[in-house]
This record gives sequence, C-alpha cells and structure tokens, in this order.
Amino acid sequence: MARTLINVPQKAKRGEVIAIKTLISHVMETGFRHDNMGKAIPRDIITSFVCTYNGEEIFRAALHPAIAANPFITFHTVATESGTIAFRWTGDNGFSQDASAKITVG
Amino acid sequence: MTEARVHRRQFLRSAAAGAAAVAFPAPLLSQGLGPPVVVIGGGFGGASCARALRRADPRLAVTLVETNAVYTALPHSSAAIAGLAELTHQQFSYDGIKRAGVNVAISAATAIDPQKRTVTLAGGARLDYERLVVSPGIDFRPGAIQGYDEAAVNVMPPAWNDGAQIALLRRQLEAMEDGGAVVISSPVNPARCPPAPYERASLIAHYLKSNKPRSKVIVLDAKEGFTMQKLFEAAWAELYPGLIEWVGLSNGGALTAVDAATQTLSTDFDKYKAAVANVIPPQIAGRVAELAGTADRTGWCPVDPVTFESKLQRNIHVIGDAAIAGAMPRSASAAHSQGAICAAAIAALLAGRTPAEPALVSSCYSLIAPDYAIAQRGTYRPVDGQYAEADGGAVISPLNAPRAMRKDEARQAEAWYRTITGEVFG
Repeated sequence: MARTLINVPQKAKRGEVIAIKTLISHVMETGFRHDNMGKAIPRDIITSFVCTYNGEEIFRAALHPAIAANPFITFHTVATESGTIAFRWTGDNGFSQDASAKITVG
Repeated sequence: MTEARVHRRQFLRSAAAGAAAVAFPAPLLSQGLGPPVVVIGGGFGGASCARALRRADPRLAVTLVETNAVYTALPHSSAAIAGLAELTHQQFSYDGIKRAGVNVAISAATAIDPQKRTVTLAGGARLDYERLVVSPGIDFRPGAIQGYDEAAVNVMPPAWNDGAQIALLRRQLEAMEDGGAVVISSPVNPARCPPAPYERASLIAHYLKSNKPRSKVIVLDAKEGFTMQKLFEAAWAELYPGLIEWVGLSNGGALTAVDAATQTLSTDFDKYKAAVANVIPPQIAGRVAELAGTADRTGWCPVDPVTFESKLQRNIHVIGDAAIAGAMPRSASAAHSQGAICAAAIAALLAGRTPAEPALVSSCYSLIAPDYAIAQRGTYRPVDGQYAEADGGAVISPLNAPRAMRKDEARQAEAWYRTITGEVFG
C-alpha cells in the first residue's frame, strides 16, 4: 500500500474554482538504471492518474519514467455539486491505489 | 570624478581617525601605500578575509564594509534560543579587526561599478578597489512563503542571523504554556548551515523536556531528507522520545503559507497551529551579490575555485554562503577557510604570482544536548573546476558511538567555536 495525501476543500460555493492537491509515495523506478552488479533494475512506475467527481472523469494524467519519485499532482476544477471526489493511481506490476474525499457544495 | 576622489579621501581620513584611537595604531601607518582591497560583508567569510589580506601583505589598504556594528553568529544561536548560553556569547564587535589594521566602515554598499572599480556607500562616500571581495551571506528568497510579510517575521521569526529575533524566540519559548507545539520550518537546499534547523529542534526539545514536558517540536521540512539524519533521529529517540516530529516533503512537509494572526503554518496538505513558530525560509545569496552582478539565475554566485573570483565579474571575488562551492557545505568554518584562501590568492595576483591550488577544510558541529554533539569534517579540493570532497570524503560521527564520544564532540564543538570566533573577531 502506497501512502497518499490529498487536499480537497471540505466546503465550496457552487461555481467556485477549487484547487486539488495530491501526493503519492512511490519510487518511480525508471527502468534505465543498473544495480552495482550491472543488472538492469526493472521499471516500476505509476503510469496513470485519474480523478472523478461523482463518477465523472474530470482530470487524467499519463506518467512516464522521467517523473520523479513521490509524484505531486495539483490541478483546479469547478465545484458543481456535493459528493465525492475520487482518485486512482495505476502502474507497473499491477499497481493500483485509491483515495477519495467528500465535498459539500452550497 | 574629482569629487568622488575627495569623498573617498574624506572617508578614509575619518575612518583612519576613528581607528587611530585604538591601542595599536602602528599597522595603520603603512596603510594606503599598497593597492586598495575592499571587502563587503563582515561575517565569518569577509572578516576572516580582511584580516588574512593584511597578514598576507601588510602594505595592502584593506577596508571592510559592514552594515551592522555588532555581528550575530548563527553557530551557537540554538544554544541561546534554548537558554543554554547568553546571546552576548555569539555577538562580536569589529574592534579586533580594526586592531589588525583593517579600516572598518559601518555602512551599507549602495552601488558597485565593476568597470571603474568603485564601491559607493550609503553616505555617498566612494571607495576605489583593485580587487573587491563580496561575502554577503544569505537573504531570504522573497515571496517564497505566502503571508510571510514583515509583520509575520516579528511573530514567527527566522532567528537566523538577527540578535533581536534570537532573543525574541527565546522569550516566546519561555512564555509559552506547557502542551503547545513549537513548529520549525526547514528550507530546501542550498541554505546556510544545513544541519542548523535540526540542532535547533534538538536543543528546543532539550528545553521543553525539562521545562514544559507536555509540549512538542514539529519540524516541517521542504526536503525528503537531511544531513546526518540517521544520527539526529537516533539521538532524538534516545534523548527526546516522542518529543520531536519530523514531517518530510513526501509527508507534505513543505511550508507554503503562514497566518501570523492565528500562528498557523500551512503546507500543501495540512495546517499546523503553533504556540511558537520558527520559520526558516528558502534562501538566496545576500543582497550585495546581486548589487555586484555576481549572482546568476539560481540566485547564487559561480566562482573560480582557486581564486574565488566571480565567473561573471572580473576583479570581484565571492566567498562564503553566497558562493557556489560544489561539495563544500555552507558553514561558518567553510566561509572562514574560503576567506583565507581568497586573501592568499588576491595577494598573489596583485604581486603578479600564480595563486596556489587550495585545499579547504570545513568542520560542522551539531549540538543535540549540552553534552551530546555530532560532527562532520571534510577536506575539499578543486576537481574539474568545482570543489569536491578530498582525502576519502567527509568524515561524519559514527552512528553507534558510545556516549563518551558524543560528550567529547560537545567539548570539541565549544572549543571550535571559541577558536574560530577568536581567529575571526578576536
């Protein structure tokens, strides 16, 4: 289980632009490095990040080997209705991690 | 131009008149005969360099320009904050430097002209130089922390090189009620004295343990790790179990905003309410580095490693924390030895000789309790145009050392401090 941090405002006004911040602890091993025996270290990265707002996809990112460990992703959206903002990170070796937060829109 | 010369003579006359009153006027008699060298910044780098210039060639007319009449050292400041030492123990006047035959101008440089080779001071006086040394230390990167304005600085002080702020932080600790959180924010590198925030956390924990045991220290860190981390964490577990919480970058430790009114520190993911807050902001080379045109886009100053001459301005040398010196840490000790090496190089260049290849040393002690210290010592030599660790690399105190060794390092730390401040300011 990777550790995730998410920051979604608990409350927002309808139509307000809100900032969402996420961070996941992950090595993001590029696959380009070798260990001290000269053996290639297999690639182990997160390849995809998806955010849904009450089930509807509002943000997606594709991640590649150049991205540093512990990817920090922040973006904005418009608060439309109360509900759940959910996050899913998926990657190599069947990696999958979920997180979510409630938001009240008034 | 004529007017400028008059200004300079007037200034030198008045500076010499001031200095002539002290006990050893003899060295002053030989001054003004040799080429003028100006040093801006009277910290461990600049003050050391000014003295070393006079030693290297007593004919040199050396002027040290410094804004403050009293210097407050960062080494040892955490002991003062934690009530283990008096603030005066780390404050120094420039009398010793005047006695060494250096003209000391307590003033701010307002302009530097690298073509005409002049430095203008706040009063309008102008100093000519053959070689200029800038040792401007660090400034805090403006706008790096939202809400950290002048009012916030007076509530959540850096206490980094300001005596009044060090005293304020100590008073705040003494006044705080038991059960509160002392929040320290530690900046990204490069920064002045990388282990200092953790020494500070340690000594504040020492104060809290004996005086306010229900309180704790939270370190919000903009880095994923820090220097000698294993040694610090082992010592914290042994001496201050449960008292110090370290929040690294991937745990959301980077400080983004403060609210002085509520003493709240915000990171990307959390808010921390502080009873006492010590905000140490991200840093760049001190103001004079930019004035001299020696700072590049990083905010720091690239230099030639043999002479410390700026790679951006001829005849201007940059030493101390402001300089990009490769693997050398930004420590008082490094600045002190850079000052000496730079002075030797300048004396050689002015005499038409080739400066010798330098080897520099840096020692850095971190006090974790009054009788418990750890150290990092290294020798550094230029390799491919930049300083690299030499002689097998830096030596750090071992992780599983007996307490007697930590106690011995604490004694050495005190001896080191007395020696370096004696050499630079005594």
